[in-house]
Amino acid sequence: MIPAGVTPLDRPQMAARLARDIPEGWFVNLGVGVPTQVADHIPADREVIIHSENGILGMGPAPAPDAVDPWLVNAGKKAVTLLKGAALFHHADSFAMIRGGHIDLCVLGAFEVAANGDLANWTTSSNDKTPAVGGAMDLAVGAKRIWILMEHVTRDGKPRLVEHCSYPLTAPGAVTRVYTNLAVLDVTPSGFAVVEMVPGLTLDALQALTAAPLVMASS
Amino acid sequence: MIDKRFTLAEALRDIADGATVMIGGFGAVGQPDFLVNALADQGATDLTVIANNAGWNRETGIPKLLDLGRVRKIVCSFPKNSPAFDDLFRVGKIELEIVPQGTLAERIRAAGAGVPGFYTATGVGTQMAEGKETRMFGGKEYLLEEALHADVALIEAWRGDRWGNLSYRGSGRNFNPVMAMAATCTIAQVHEIVELGEIAPDAVVTPGIFVNRIVAIPAEAKA
Repeated sequence: MIPAGVTPLDRPQMAARLARDIPEGWFVNLGVGVPTQVADHIPADREVIIHSENGILGMGPAPAPDAVDPWLVNAGKKAVTLLKGAALFHHADSFAMIRGGHIDLCVLGAFEVAANGDLANWTTSSNDKTPAVGGAMDLAVGAKRIWILMEHVTRDGKPRLVEHCSYPLTAPGAVTRVYTNLAVLDVTPSGFAVVEMVPGLTLDALQALTAAPLVMASS
Repeated sequence: MIDKRFTLAEALRDIADGATVMIGGFGAVGQPDFLVNALADQGATDLTVIANNAGWNRETGIPKLLDLGRVRKIVCSFPKNSPAFDDLFRVGKIELEIVPQGTLAERIRAAGAGVPGFYTATGVGTQMAEGKETRMFGGKEYLLEEALHADVALIEAWRGDRWGNLSYRGSGRNFNPVMAMAATCTIAQVHEIVELGEIAPDAVVTPGIFVNRIVAIPAEAKA
């Protein structure tokens, strides 16, 4: 249970918190869902180039309803725009950017993240009704950094930060940082290190919502 | 005179039962639905389809082939949100090979480039690695992935000329240029057929060497 008096971040606030840490000049791929919202919160005076795996660098915001180009969609198949300076390319080049280590950051959602950085975000069971992986495995091994943006616990209150993932892995040891609605945590050789917590939250209270040992980050 | 312009029926006439067919597109963009719908009419069956998705709306494109029972196997990265696929998969009437999206693109590219296989870190330590050869490079583990060929590629481009040179629009490239390279016979639907030279040489994305037949989408078939 989230302690009384502690207000978790809502999704736009989570996206805004993560966006604050993206420096100018990075090439960033945003996963489908809440990670996509990060683009809306990058400060206007900071140039960050958004990559979409279906072949776009320099992706801009969603168009006005009367200005939709049906020939331009993002990885979530939603209409988007291009910034000045944008580039278009095919899928093999797009994943060469990913697999080749040219993307500075990929922000993904997750079902579970383990203390060693293992990521589970593509299927909740080995007998999934319709298994579908998309580009998650390529991004998880290829981008220079994987930051996870997700709620700290599931809808039923189960921790998503765990000692070992119970769901099938997307990639082992992939995650470097996690942004939740309660805290920012680094994945370190000695497990999860808490960088920041929402006001009023204690380490003990956060630990009670986390299924792996937490320490405070040293700096 | 080299002329790769075909009528729709002639372009698809020799696609045989049991063929492996690549189908381009990502989301609704760059999907060669005009060709795929005609393939459904042509009647070839027992097909293996290679595509990123298993389609969306039932009445058109890949779901139309699925509903007609023409597809034995689909190789794709993201078959979610396709009711036609779900119905077949649930009752075991279609085989699924799930491939990470970047590995799918590279397996196709490799086939077109004459590379029989390649090593990738994608999938290491996951269920995608089951049964695959691995090798260490620089202290890191990689999976061997094999090239993926097809008998036929059905693709969509924006403009094409009679030599088969193609240009694209927006995010419509996606899998189309690599699929064009990887099939024995590549058939492109285009929105406009233009004279040689109208696609400037430095604007050609898929050179005609990779394209066998082009078909113009008639105005009435454009959405």
